[in-house]
Amino acid sequence: MKKATLAAITALMMSTIAAQADGHCAAGKTLTDGKFTVATGNPAYFPWVLDDAPESGQGFEAAVAYAVASEMGFEAADVVWVRSSFDEAIQPGAKNFDVNMQQYSITPERDQVVDFSAPYYTAPMAVLVGPGAVDTAPTMDALKSLLWGAVGSTTAVPKLENVIQPSKSPLLYGDNADVNAAIGANQIDAALFDLPTALFLSAVMIEGSKVIGQFPADSGDNPDQFGMLMEEGNPLKSCIDAAISTLTENGTMAEIEATWLQNTTGVPLIK
Amino acid sequence: MPHQQTAGPTRRQIFEARQRRKSLVIASASTITVVVALIVLVPLAPGWSKVQQSFFNGAVLAKSFPKLLDAFMINVMIFAWSAPAIAVLGLLIALARDAKSPALFPLRIFGAAFTDIFRGVPVILTVYLIGFGIPGLGLPRPWNSPYIWGSLALVLTYSAYVAEIFRSGIDSVHKSQRAAALSLGLSERQVMQDVVLPQAVRNVVPAQMNMLIALQKDVSLLSFIGPVEIFRQAGVFKSLMANFTPYVGAAIIFLIVTIPATRYADYLMARQMRERS
Repeated sequence: MKKATLAAITALMMSTIAAQADGHCAAGKTLTDGKFTVATGNPAYFPWVLDDAPESGQGFEAAVAYAVASEMGFEAADVVWVRSSFDEAIQPGAKNFDVNMQQYSITPERDQVVDFSAPYYTAPMAVLVGPGAVDTAPTMDALKSLLWGAVGSTTAVPKLENVIQPSKSPLLYGDNADVNAAIGANQIDAALFDLPTALFLSAVMIEGSKVIGQFPADSGDNPDQFGMLMEEGNPLKSCIDAAISTLTENGTMAEIEATWLQNTTGVPLIK
Repeated sequence: MPHQQTAGPTRRQIFEARQRRKSLVIASASTITVVVALIVLVPLAPGWSKVQQSFFNGAVLAKSFPKLLDAFMINVMIFAWSAPAIAVLGLLIALARDAKSPALFPLRIFGAAFTDIFRGVPVILTVYLIGFGIPGLGLPRPWNSPYIWGSLALVLTYSAYVAEIFRSGIDSVHKSQRAAALSLGLSERQVMQDVVLPQAVRNVVPAQMNMLIALQKDVSLLSFIGPVEIFRQAGVFKSLMANFTPYVGAAIIFLIVTIPATRYADYLMARQMRERS
């Protein structure tokens, strides 16, 4: 009886190891052995995840997740998706995911509570204006006089306060959908989004709106860099950083970016 | 009776004084025990240092508090113009529901429907629907301001509650008073205005104080449609610093306002009890 149990356990261990690319960096460090659990938003939006179905690998963040997983020795079938909110992700304590990808900008303050991977994307900020303000010139002076809105929990807020310094105090909202509603109701003229989101919103969500300009990603203020969010002190971090740096060096990241986040030269730089 | 004091305290008074001292000692001892236990035991919890870092961070509090106070002025402003509107509309709805004349029956139906709808829908839904919905119809600026329509949503919801409290106050005035006033030759309107309402309003003042306190907190729901009041400002700090201390700061500011208001409501209620007994 004891022997049979032992044999079964051995067989089980063998199969786990076989499924996980013998002795790989991530072995035994994930939430569930042999699985890589990735959290995304609920719902997750285009172009980060297409059709709210990250399992398809379609969309920028879904594609990055599968590329990183494969680099760490996981089969595509071993990638498990869960959903989480922003607050769930940054509160202290144990997480129900290995990494969380929801366009989290890496900030030193956030980094004190949770861990971030090396950045997988550097997003420039872009200005989306409603139908009433599409003729605004892409200059700082013109931008100052607009009535601004932004999502209160993003780094767009300090960007507004420190770089644009609008003459009227901005209105802040809970999520992108509410900012869209406010632009639709003409309660605000313009909003700051990262460029991919702004392009999507103007093309699909808000009729008559336009992306009038983008800030250079390398200007004096910190550009937004997206990192995978992890529990503070997660041992998986070094494996993920290594995978991302390999993917960046061999050009895979750039390829994924080109596929899922189209060339954005149509939007001028703000002077 | 004062004239008995000349003979010194009675045995009963001495006994009662001793009882009072005894219960004071016991109350102090048990309070001190509980507070000391909390101060000693809570930091022993394994996650305390993490919780302290993210919820009770002095540096973050100092950095965010002045801006939170500024943002609280927006709460005060919205409160200041909503509260009188709620009092007036609430009273009108209560009177509509109390209309006696058969010709005014539609008014009663309206009053009932109003209270049913706005008490039944969560405040945040009303704020969203009115705050985004009505400006979405294409109103020009400044008439599409979220301040106007968000405040209207609060006024509608709170009037429904306040109207019900006024109505209970009107019902608390005994029917015989109406009958007596009518028999003196007063009109229905005079009876309501000069006999019933003055008593009804006095009777419900403590209950309405509680509505004011609740309103003071619910003003924060307007943050969902744009205004950067204290809750949103705290949320901005929370996101920037990945720290929940600004929420604790906001809670402190709310408490500074609501605790005195609550004590005052308690005092009014106690005074009313004394007057009635």
